[in-house]
Amino acid sequence: MSLLKVTDLKVSYGGIEALKGISFAVEEGQIVTLIGANGAGKSTTLRSISGIVPIRSGKIEFGGEDITGKDPQKIVAKGIALVPEGRRVFPNLTVLENLRIGAYLRTDEDAIERDSAHVFEVFPRLKERHWQMAGTLSGGEQQMLAVGRAMMARPKLMMMDEPSLGLAPLVVRDIFQIIRQLSDEGITILLIEQNANAALRCANYGYVLETGSIALSGEGAVLLENPRVRDAYLGEAKSKK
Amino acid sequence: MQKNFAPSAKKRPDRATWISAGIIFFIYVVVFALEQFIPPTTMLFTVLKKGATYALVAVSMNLLNGFTGLFSLGQAGFMLIGAYVYAIFSIPGEVRARVYQYFTPAINFTLPVIPAMILAGLVAALFAFLIGLPVLRLKSDYLAIATLGFAEIVRAIFQWKKLGPVTNGSNMLKDYPTFNDFNIVNAEGKVVLYLSTLLPFVIAGVCIGIIMLLINSTYGRSFKAIRDDEVAAEAMGVNLARHKQLAFAISSFFAGVGGAMLAMFTNTVQAKGFTSAMTYEILLIVVLGGIGSVSGSCISAFLFVACSEWWLRFLDQKQVIGTFEVPLLRNGFRLVVFSVIIMVVVLFYRQGMMGMRELPDLFRKKRGKEAAK
Repeated sequence: MSLLKVTDLKVSYGGIEALKGISFAVEEGQIVTLIGANGAGKSTTLRSISGIVPIRSGKIEFGGEDITGKDPQKIVAKGIALVPEGRRVFPNLTVLENLRIGAYLRTDEDAIERDSAHVFEVFPRLKERHWQMAGTLSGGEQQMLAVGRAMMARPKLMMMDEPSLGLAPLVVRDIFQIIRQLSDEGITILLIEQNANAALRCANYGYVLETGSIALSGEGAVLLENPRVRDAYLGEAKSKK
Repeated sequence: MQKNFAPSAKKRPDRATWISAGIIFFIYVVVFALEQFIPPTTMLFTVLKKGATYALVAVSMNLLNGFTGLFSLGQAGFMLIGAYVYAIFSIPGEVRARVYQYFTPAINFTLPVIPAMILAGLVAALFAFLIGLPVLRLKSDYLAIATLGFAEIVRAIFQWKKLGPVTNGSNMLKDYPTFNDFNIVNAEGKVVLYLSTLLPFVIAGVCIGIIMLLINSTYGRSFKAIRDDEVAAEAMGVNLARHKQLAFAISSFFAGVGGAMLAMFTNTVQAKGFTSAMTYEILLIVVLGGIGSVSGSCISAFLFVACSEWWLRFLDQKQVIGTFEVPLLRNGFRLVVFSVIIMVVVLFYRQGMMGMRELPDLFRKKRGKEAAK
């Protein structure tokens, strides 16, 4: 059984159809990626799964349970954490406070302490800076904090919206390494990326989203070899010459 | 770098916290002592009493505008509700008929001072809760306009003749217990112990203390998260509507208590005094002190009140130096100077006096140097 199953999801913003009925599944323990150009509906997909954006029709199941149209806080409590696009850390809270907000719905104080210690183990940079305002961190550090914050919710599924956006290539490499590490720890990952190359290399399975519908799907390595994907997303414009 | 060190959310008070606590205690002792030795009619005590009142209201506004990021301009309205509730319920039975000279009073029992103040806060909070249901769906400027409108409506309704038996219409409420009633008097009617300035300090201190505890709790963290990024806070599972309601009601509760204190300070209450200009004064205090700093709001409340009531009063009168009459000085010029100060602060000193720092932060070393070791 899939951990997350989305069936015929439709979302529109003020009359414009952003998602025209997409269906996909995320298997437990895997890294699944959605790739696509700007405006393909990638972020909308994640936002509607986490309940921030109301959906028009369709069904979202998580762990066999219907979570369609539930409040964001209920969805977080079920075990879906979102690492939002553009990091969106809380700039005027300290790194530590940011992590505590990630554990907002949890009350097991001792386990929260242990988990924040674990986050600091994964991201030693954050430990050095735990007292700093998150707004004073560099882009890469903020992205680490955004991931750490999502880890604090102890999610079964972590959804990441463009974690490599606007980061230096070296930092991007670090981020993808962390994604693999999280996956090894047993967290299922749904990853959205414009950096299709890195995303597909890292993912078990991938979906290609084009203007609100799924155009292609397949295993990461297979999609990497697909000429259409190579042409459109990996920048190898063979056809032009 | 230190090893075996686990950053934790549990904080123990450090040296800077103790220094700050000492300073605050010292201020209380000084206020108490000054009051015993300086004649009570001195301007100083007016400033201290009104300053303590404004400090509480400014902190309550800061809780909303600075810590939760809800730009509300309803403070004067909630103060009005608090002031009226306090006055109505604390007027002693024997003078009630005299105060309500044109109406038959509808409320005919008297509460002691502290329960009346708490009731003042609760009623203000109840109004806030009800108003909040529709209004808190609005964002930024729209919320400000809606709350400002609410304050104006409240002011009009409280002067409505039909409500006369409760609010005494547009007539003033008076003869309720004021700060001066707390001076301890001996049998000959001579004051043996002055407490009329210490009292507002104690009330404001307790309320601000409660607000500080709230700000440093899980709720406070969620408020700040909402201020910084609503969408991200929602994605973390923070219930936006509930927290906004909570912040709005709590802020209004303390604005209501502050209104009751203002009523005690001014000795009479009249709805027409609670204009939107009062809200702007408090907003000004919050901005000058630093949006997001409780100690900033307190310090600037006293400075603001001292300037407006005392130090800058000379700007409103003709001043003659020798035979030279200083130009421009006339009634109302003080407000011009105030406006200029605001503009200067907003242009060059946007963080206000304290920025987002609190009093103990002033005694702490810059963390950067420590970490660089």
